[in-house]
Amino acid sequence: MSPLLDVRDLHAGYGPITVLRGIDLTVEDGEIVVVLGANGAGKTTLLRALSGMIAGKGSATVDGNSVLGRRPDQIVRLGVAHVPQGRGTITDLTVDENLQLGAYARKDGEIEADKERWFELFPRLRERRTQTAGSMSGGEQQMLAIARALMARPRLLLLDEPSLGLAPLVTQEVFRSLAQVNAEQGTAVLVVEQNANLALDVGNRGYVLETGGIVAAGSAQQLQQDEAVRKAYLGY
Amino acid sequence: MSAATATATATAPAPTAGGLSPAARTAIKVVVWVAVVGVLYWVPQYFTPVQVGLFTKVIALAFAALGLNLLTGYSGLISVGHGAFMGVGAYTTAILVADHGWSHGAALVASAAAAFVLGVLIGLPALRIKGLYLALVTLALATLFPEVVKRYGDVTGGTQGLRVPKFKAPEATDLANDQWIYYVAVVLLVLSFVAVRNLVHSRVGRALIASRDNETAAETMGVHLSAYRVVVFGISAMLAGMGGAVNVWQTNFVDPGQFGIVLSITVLVAVVVGGAATILGPAVGAYLVVWLPNGDILPPAVMPDLILKDNPELIDLVFGAALIALMMLAPYGLVGGIKLALYRLKQRRAVAAAGKAPPGGGEPAVSTA
Repeated sequence: MSPLLDVRDLHAGYGPITVLRGIDLTVEDGEIVVVLGANGAGKTTLLRALSGMIAGKGSATVDGNSVLGRRPDQIVRLGVAHVPQGRGTITDLTVDENLQLGAYARKDGEIEADKERWFELFPRLRERRTQTAGSMSGGEQQMLAIARALMARPRLLLLDEPSLGLAPLVTQEVFRSLAQVNAEQGTAVLVVEQNANLALDVGNRGYVLETGGIVAAGSAQQLQQDEAVRKAYLGY
Repeated sequence: MSAATATATATAPAPTAGGLSPAARTAIKVVVWVAVVGVLYWVPQYFTPVQVGLFTKVIALAFAALGLNLLTGYSGLISVGHGAFMGVGAYTTAILVADHGWSHGAALVASAAAAFVLGVLIGLPALRIKGLYLALVTLALATLFPEVVKRYGDVTGGTQGLRVPKFKAPEATDLANDQWIYYVAVVLLVLSFVAVRNLVHSRVGRALIASRDNETAAETMGVHLSAYRVVVFGISAMLAGMGGAVNVWQTNFVDPGQFGIVLSITVLVAVVVGGAATILGPAVGAYLVVWLPNGDILPPAVMPDLILKDNPELIDLVFGAALIALMMLAPYGLVGGIKLALYRLKQRRAVAAAGKAPPGGGEPAVSTA
């Protein structure tokens, strides 16, 4: 069976500047895949190309459907949800309304039931459901951003540096919740991170991205034991 | 477990903060609605025809401000050209009624349609440009409109303007013309406000607010930004066009001077002073921008009468100063300021009740929905 996400020789960038120079990467159904990389390696560009925010060349398919050349709203309907960097909650809307917005592309009647599911997973969101997103802490907003993305019932969740600006304990909580979603719903996750330790703890496999190309790939354990990866991203 | 029961348990602790039971809230809402409808009904019975005319002018501006608020307040797209959309609506009605014998009602529909089409056309550049640059495009529209009207004088009457037959009250209604015009306009306005309110609280409204606050997040939720922007531009212009038509009912006359840049700015002022991204803000703002310089309607114009009767040239100065003072006192506009005050009161009560800091804390970004 072909992988859920199949990226081959992907090139992408901004105007005349090419950032990604031929990326090959796969995510299987139900897998958590981590992309490690320093600032400027092209992690965010990769996710932006996959969710249709910028154009890309090469090939990238979700379930056999090409995502290149499609608009972001069309890609959402292919089952890909993107949690952009810096959370991207709608600060003026309440928690409830943010979650409603997450179900924007859906037209079924199970939206309330889904909300309940994510309130179970993130109890803090239930306490805050009538509060505006802007009045919540960074960790709560990150949880809201993830819950909102899950409201789209994605098969593949793209996460851009969920640890950004969060306290280590909160980051841990976020990753634990992710692992739980993955285990319970079978949602595949592609997460780009600088916080390699936490990410590799919950991930199945990983890639290392450097200046627009993949320089290492392997299982999470392999990467955690790899000398070069350890020095560059794990700090010991 | 059903979602409904879960929702009920989840919201149960909330009333401590609000202080009111749902039944009390409903009662208050009913009282407010009855009072509003009563006042709107009573206005033309009490005031003189000239004053009723001013109220109709308020309604015309409120239409345009309502439209601009949908665009600027809720969708984050700036326009300083809504006077031109009012002009398109006004001229469509004027030409159709005066030269082609249309009824005022049918002409209103045409005015709305014409403004909608122009709005969509102007909305197209908004797909690529934003902020100040978009403001500049709409500014060009505002300055261009009167010139186009002058250029095509054989249709529009040019600088001479165009006289338009009166919108007469049907005899069966037993109303004077000014009263009839007011009632028709106010009913349409209330319906438009309810429609916009429902739109803002719907799936579409959330998408608009999301596209304003965070384009990336909105796109990743599957919101087709371009389609929304073009359509919301059209709807916004359509409301302004209806305002323009209502204005003609009241003035029975159009000329290019009415629809220049000053009108566009007046509409923008109405939105900002009333409270951008609040439902009722545009209506309050429209009232204010008519009342402040005229003062002929309630509350009795103390200021203009006392100071300005002998110095009419000071009116604009006082108007400007009043606006500056108002924006310093209520930076989110009048309705926005009231909302903020209510929110703080609620927080303080919640803190007093709980004896600890409010959950989450922090200022609310003035709520928009």
